[in-house]
Amino acid sequence: MTTHWFADTAVLTGRSLRHITRSLDTILTTVITPIAIMVMFVYVFGGAIDTGSVSYVDYMLPGVLLITIASGISYTAVRLFADMTGGLFERFQSMPIARSGVLWAHVLTSLVANVLSLVVVVLVALLMGFRSDAGVAAWLAVAGILLLFTLALTWLAVIPGLTAKSVDGASAFAYPLIFLPFVSSAFAPTDTMPAAVRAFAEHQPATSIVNTIRDLFAGQPVGGDVWVALAWCAGLLVVAFGLAVLIYRRKLA
Amino acid sequence: MPAIQVHGLRKAFAELDVLRGVDLEVARGSVFALLGSNGAGKTTIVKILSTLLKADEGAVRVNGFDVAAQAADVRKSISLTGQFAAVDEILTGREHLVLMARLRHLREPGRIADELLERFGLTRAGARRVATYSGGMRRRLDIAMSLIGDPPIIFLDEPTTGLDPQGRLEVWQAVKALAERGTTVLLTTQYLDEAEQLADRIAILHDGRIVVNGTLAELRQLLPPAEVEYVEKQPTLEDVFLAIVGAAR
Repeated sequence: MTTHWFADTAVLTGRSLRHITRSLDTILTTVITPIAIMVMFVYVFGGAIDTGSVSYVDYMLPGVLLITIASGISYTAVRLFADMTGGLFERFQSMPIARSGVLWAHVLTSLVANVLSLVVVVLVALLMGFRSDAGVAAWLAVAGILLLFTLALTWLAVIPGLTAKSVDGASAFAYPLIFLPFVSSAFAPTDTMPAAVRAFAEHQPATSIVNTIRDLFAGQPVGGDVWVALAWCAGLLVVAFGLAVLIYRRKLA
Repeated sequence: MPAIQVHGLRKAFAELDVLRGVDLEVARGSVFALLGSNGAGKTTIVKILSTLLKADEGAVRVNGFDVAAQAADVRKSISLTGQFAAVDEILTGREHLVLMARLRHLREPGRIADELLERFGLTRAGARRVATYSGGMRRRLDIAMSLIGDPPIIFLDEPTTGLDPQGRLEVWQAVKALAERGTTVLLTTQYLDEAEQLADRIAILHDGRIVVNGTLAELRQLLPPAEVEYVEKQPTLEDVFLAIVGAAR
């Protein structure tokens, strides 16, 4: 059965990707919130936030990219949920195909959709004055971290996709993830926050990821944050993947 | 060897005993109807037969393969049309068929798709998204998807539930055509006339067990012989409906 894994997964991914290419509104609704946040912060609040010599749009773009991913993966959960409840999932599972390919197809589709959304948001940021000193290597590093973060959150999204009782339930898990960057170094420096909030902000995953990407965009050497960021992403990926696969197997029992 | 053999099948969900020792056999090339009210456990049986659920107890063989130990071989032998048309709103009818043909690793998926569209009267609708299809069209597409790769055994779980009378007739014709080609069909239904129309053998599932199993003639003999009564034959509402609407087709 595994001999057809690549072929089956490719066919299933092709089918799932049509949901992106045929209803581009999922990309639009994914990027509209991050873009609105970007506009609000750059033109309304940003002037009052002291980010030193860094322009505010440069300062907050990494956080906005994380928000983009967090809102993008909620669609992954919704698409998976639709297959679960619509009967397609059972049809695939009763066929002689690589069973895990059904999940991987959704995961790969999620990566493609999020890459598209991220590109759109970066282009809008460029229009709003975002400039980067990053070289090719630094851009690749940014892309790598964002992909890893997307992959980790996508496997997290698989869990509600498989277990939710309603569409709303399948997408609601993303809200806390969307808000996580707000309580981090993404929009304002953490040193003005009250002690408890600051402690949380400095030790949650968004801060290390944001700081790493910000350094890369600025063309500066990254500090120890990069290891913390990678550890968060890898840890989350391992835990979410393990749980998702466990739930998936149980669903089939 | 029968196409389907079930002996002593038991399945419970938490505290609820759904199947309490089900025995049945389905001969090759026959249409077998599993009749039962809502919640009788018909879908549970179909899910166990199609390797989607594991049995608690009992021996279940499909096409000679054990559903637990040889699940992959079972999946190669069967096709499942579930209780709700398993279609993707965003794809066209033709794309569904091509998708299935690719997943079954067949050559010329496009040609296979076109043939099936033709056979199920969907050629004109083939390029449209399924979101625009009627219930009957979805069901026909759903069944067409199940035929790809010519599996010897097909499960149809309540194929006509929720369809209008025309859609129902369309599905019945599709099932009859399957039987003519020698495919073994196990269908579940809660409609008595459906079983009567389609099935070679009928089993009634009640309280987690098969309480009756036989041909229609055998089932009729369970009741006292028919009395001859003269009743003025009024057309049923279905006759009227089909006479008016069906004529337009």
